[in-house]
Amino acid sequence: MSSEESEQRDTTKDEEEKAMKRGTAPQSFGIWLLLMMVSFSFASLPAAAQAPVTDPVGVVKLAKGEPLTIAYWFVVAGPDASLGIDTRRGVEIAIEDKGGKVLGHPIKLIGEDSGCNAEGGVTAATKLAANPAIVAAIGSNCSSEAVPGAPILWRAGIVTVSPSNTAPKLTAPDRGPTFDGYVRTAHNDKVQGRVAAEFVRKVLKVSKAATIHDGSPYAEGLAGVFAETFKKLGGTITSQEAIAPTDTDMRPVLTKIGAGKPALIYYPIFIAAGGHVTRQAKEVAGVGKVKLMGADGMFSPDFMKAAGDAAVGMYHSSPDLSPEALGPAYKTFVDKHQKKYGEKPLSAFHPHAYDAALMVFAAIEKVAKKDAAGNTYIGRKALRDALYATKGFKGLTGTLTCDKYGDCADPKIAVYQTESADPAKWEPGKNPRKIYP
Amino acid sequence: MRQRWFQKLSLVDLLLWAFRAGVLLLVIWGTIGTLSAGTYSGETWIDLVVFGLSQGSVYALIALGYTMVYGILRMINFAHGEVFMSGAYTAYFVADALARAGHLNRNPILSLLLILAVSMVTSTAVALLLERIAYRPLRRAPRLVPLIAAIGASFFLQYAFRGLYGSGFKAYPEAEILKGKWTIAGIEILRTQAVVLVASVLMMLGLYIFVMRTKMGTAMRAVSEDMEVAALMGINVDRVIVITFGVGAAMAGAAGMLYALVFKQVHFFMGFVPGIKAFTAAVLGGIGNIPGAMLGGLFLGVVESVGPILFLDGLGIVAPYQLKDVIAFTMLVMVLIFRPSGILGERLVVKKA
Amino acid sequence: MSTDPRLWGGTIRTGLVWGGVAVFLALVGMVEAFAGRQIVAGVISLGRSLLLLTGLAAGYQAAQRSAGGGPMLILSRAGLAGAVAGALLSALVLVGSALDLRQVLVNASPGLFSLLSFGQGVAGAYLTVLAAMAAGAAGGVASLLAARARGPLVTGLAGVLALGLFQELLDPVLRRSIVGSAIRGLLFADNGLSLPGAFATFLLAGGMSALWTDRKAAARRWLLTLPASRRLGLRLLALGLGVSVLLLLPLAAGPFLSTVLVLVGLYTLMGLGLNLEVGLAGLLDLGFVAFFAIGAYTAGLLTSTGDLAIANLSFWGAVPVAVVVSLIAGVILGVPVLGIRGDYLAIATLGFGEITRLLFLSDFLRPWLGGSQGVLGIPKPTIGGLELKGPEHLFYVTLVSSALVAYIAIRLRDSRLGRAWMALREDEDVAEAMGINLVNVKLLAYGLGAAFAGVSGAIFAVLVGSVFPHSFQLLISINVLALIIVGGIGSMPGVVVGSLFLVGLPELLREFAEFRFLVYGAALVLMMQLRPEGLWPAAAISRELHAADEMVRSREATRLTDAPPTDG
Repeated sequence: MSSEESEQRDTTKDEEEKAMKRGTAPQSFGIWLLLMMVSFSFASLPAAAQAPVTDPVGVVKLAKGEPLTIAYWFVVAGPDASLGIDTRRGVEIAIEDKGGKVLGHPIKLIGEDSGCNAEGGVTAATKLAANPAIVAAIGSNCSSEAVPGAPILWRAGIVTVSPSNTAPKLTAPDRGPTFDGYVRTAHNDKVQGRVAAEFVRKVLKVSKAATIHDGSPYAEGLAGVFAETFKKLGGTITSQEAIAPTDTDMRPVLTKIGAGKPALIYYPIFIAAGGHVTRQAKEVAGVGKVKLMGADGMFSPDFMKAAGDAAVGMYHSSPDLSPEALGPAYKTFVDKHQKKYGEKPLSAFHPHAYDAALMVFAAIEKVAKKDAAGNTYIGRKALRDALYATKGFKGLTGTLTCDKYGDCADPKIAVYQTESADPAKWEPGKNPRKIYP
Repeated sequence: MRQRWFQKLSLVDLLLWAFRAGVLLLVIWGTIGTLSAGTYSGETWIDLVVFGLSQGSVYALIALGYTMVYGILRMINFAHGEVFMSGAYTAYFVADALARAGHLNRNPILSLLLILAVSMVTSTAVALLLERIAYRPLRRAPRLVPLIAAIGASFFLQYAFRGLYGSGFKAYPEAEILKGKWTIAGIEILRTQAVVLVASVLMMLGLYIFVMRTKMGTAMRAVSEDMEVAALMGINVDRVIVITFGVGAAMAGAAGMLYALVFKQVHFFMGFVPGIKAFTAAVLGGIGNIPGAMLGGLFLGVVESVGPILFLDGLGIVAPYQLKDVIAFTMLVMVLIFRPSGILGERLVVKKA
Repeated sequence: MSTDPRLWGGTIRTGLVWGGVAVFLALVGMVEAFAGRQIVAGVISLGRSLLLLTGLAAGYQAAQRSAGGGPMLILSRAGLAGAVAGALLSALVLVGSALDLRQVLVNASPGLFSLLSFGQGVAGAYLTVLAAMAAGAAGGVASLLAARARGPLVTGLAGVLALGLFQELLDPVLRRSIVGSAIRGLLFADNGLSLPGAFATFLLAGGMSALWTDRKAAARRWLLTLPASRRLGLRLLALGLGVSVLLLLPLAAGPFLSTVLVLVGLYTLMGLGLNLEVGLAGLLDLGFVAFFAIGAYTAGLLTSTGDLAIANLSFWGAVPVAVVVSLIAGVILGVPVLGIRGDYLAIATLGFGEITRLLFLSDFLRPWLGGSQGVLGIPKPTIGGLELKGPEHLFYVTLVSSALVAYIAIRLRDSRLGRAWMALREDEDVAEAMGINLVNVKLLAYGLGAAFAGVSGAIFAVLVGSVFPHSFQLLISINVLALIIVGGIGSMPGVVVGSLFLVGLPELLREFAEFRFLVYGAALVLMMQLRPEGLWPAAAISRELHAADEMVRSREATRLTDAPPTDG
């Protein structure tokens, strides 16, 4: 399998630390064993790879025909699992579309559950980081996983592309060098929240709006950016409410919102709770005629099922998936999904995951070098740089170009309006119809 | 006994009274603040109470099963929420098929009864399997052991159904007959809510009569008082327990179907939160007590619906509905401080110690 | 020879039950999902192994139930049970090929059916029956073998299965050294064990097991003949070895296993705390996560260098504060529930856990606690200029704290206070009559238990480097309660065993994420049936439990142990 320099470098560093520790650690009666272990580890350093490629972070060497390992870290268990499974399927379809091979190496997808919480992110990332065969990772789903997890992966030289982290701080200029190996195809909340607010204020001419979030960093961040921009544009936020994602009875909170008489409610939450809000808004006195607007977290055919006819007329901010922007690509994807898994996509971030995977493959193809014996060498830093240098990449979510902080999503956010709540008529662009820009 | 206990310990007395007074003060202050601001009209308050009652009646329905099993076995059946889920989730496929074939709107009553039957049968089957495989061997074990087994069973059922039916959620079809609102005594109420409210009262009454008036009910009460003596009196304890589980599960199945009619979504995790809430409701009303479960459920529903605005809005707390469970659980603790065995007390069982 | 028709009916029923299990495994998705995971490369996948195991189990059980018959009869019963199980599976294939089951059962995919019928489709359905019959017969053969031969055989197979299962974990560990790499090359192919590797594992595990059964009695006798002083010496040696292994573990195991060990340590700390409340004092607590969260947030806010920083303390300065804050929180939360008993306590404390989480999450307290965006920028602790940044280093912090806390817990248990707690657990009213101040004793149980959880929370904060409210779900409280019961309630070593089993193992199997909770749930149910007293019960409890059993048996009545001594 692969041997690589990065591991060697890490081990050497570890040795130094151990040596330092030896000097300062309190007297312990197992200390001589510790010393023995240290010297044993020194003796056990793997031989340095004689690679034609040098890389400051490390090189992955693949023998001819050896599988190329890509890892995902998604939330595939627990109550948020549909988010993770949805994105994993996006990756799987991307691998199929790639013919299962990159540069003649079969693609091997392995993965860990990251649980949609910080400690899940840590354990999943640590487990992946320990596997030197991994060339690149795709994940995580929740921003709280990426905050501690992405630095762990990058310390091991693994670059990770997230299809669904939207928290602005992950690609903020002050995020620090530990996030150097982090890229995302999901939209930064700042972009989407701003577009949504501009649309509401300038196109719909709404002056009073309310927001709801569900306590997830995604929704909270997006609702926050929306409110901020909306106020800047001269609008009034009548109330900023919060619910729990497991809530089913939204009528009380909608009643409270109704008392402030907003003209629109922006609730960038997920399908289940979003469906309840949409349906029940029609049942609450004082909110029945208020305009409703969601975001990409519930931009999926499943939402039409959840909300039923109440979805007709509501707005969504989401990446531009319309045929004018993308051609028939997205529809083809959904058909493949139906055929492969027997159901429609479960959530909204599968196209981002699909793009993330293809972006990784493209970057690998760009930087990989082959030697005469047919071995492939992939420099880890080179791969990271190639990902950051992605320009004009045609994906399912638009044309992706990465900035120097790793934000790759197409900044074109569209606003859609639903015309029919029949999930069978789901065809982004036509229904829901793209109305902005 | 308890009276003396408190008299001796004046410090604790003081602390407890401080706690009660503190909560009451916050509640009153918040209420005055909210009402004096006058943001909400009288109709709004009525609406909120109605919403609370309809949500509460769902809690009450699930709590009935909880309370029955607890009354007989003194065991917290943590998996009861999953029993509720299994019925509703399975019945979805029937409902969907009926809706596609158009029966749901052509023969609405018959279709709804069929869906109800499927839901109740599935839930009962799951609960009986659970009792046979997981709980029966543990009947003599210390009380925490069945609790852990029940928690395990709860996980197992969630993920088994997730594996079988998928991890996305399904949307229940809408029956035309249940769309829209009825106006009763000037109060508008959604048809689905009215159905749930009436159904839960009927089921509570049926259950109460079953336990109090029938022979099997008498046997249940006997078993709940003293299993050994009941066995000596010729009662087949195993059978009584199985029937208790069955009846409790059938209630859960019915609750699941009604829940799906109101909220339209079913998925594998749907039982967990209502399960916890129903447990809370059962404890609030006095666990083991059938009217108590009903009362506890309605009380919890109304507190969750009205409480956040009434108590917190006036204190200037933002996004009060995020804290609705804080209010619900604080109320629970308050009730338990004043009445350590729930609002109505444990009536089905003799109080221990 | 017994040809009782009822026995044949029993055989068929056995086959149906195990066939049902196999169908369930297939429909829940485990078979197909694990088909890509080779146990022995090119020979058998994990998915097929599962089916094979159900076939074996069917045959074994059928054979066991027909004990007394001749070997041929037993084998034919075993084969029949296997065939019946196989027939159920092939019926699934037939039905699945005729109808589109996927409308309802998402995992009834063409891939699954092709797997079940060995790629032959409907035409291959008979192959399933044949294979299952063979597996059943093999199970029957196993039951005919003498226990001496069966033990090593089963151990050998289990060894192969375990190694195949954990290969992705072992792989990076073995890569760390030359010797390891060599072993790895011998054992593993690209995907799964290599055939020679599987044989070697089988022989090694089986051989060791055979040796152990052979020599167990002799070794014990030898130990008994030794003079007391040498026995003590041996015990010290074993202890020393154990401690050195613990100390060296993270170095050998690498960062991932170290992270798992740290998590096990954190849960051990919490378990020790909850053990004071539930195990010793008998106060059921389902909201223990509250104190873990309070410890984590206190340490996080005090040490954070991010936006919410309040003190910029070092980790070592923050831990005592976190402990004190958790202790106070424990006492404060203990006051309102003083008069509440038994199961009412369970829901009241569960409520406190949720209240705490919601307050940390709330927009209302967001300016101080960070709301859903959490507390960021928590630096790693340092010792004399050395940053304890990796999980390998934090392992030692956890180990030392666990040892310290365990020591305190043991001293507490054996103290006057500990005896007061136990008296409280046995009977509150009697304890009070004996002059125990219930209030002080209860509040101390809550406070000290919470303090232990506070230590755990503080280490958690630096391990993760950020604190989010989503980390403090009800699931953690449940997990901690489950682990002290599974370990053996009231038992200190039981807490460690319980957390290894309920926290360590699921973490190691993280890659099987989707089925982790399914297996976890089934394991909890099974554990409670097989060992209700726990894996490592406290001596006294075990005695009491069995004494109660005797009593009940002598009365020959079904009886609910209503308020047993170990009751919460």
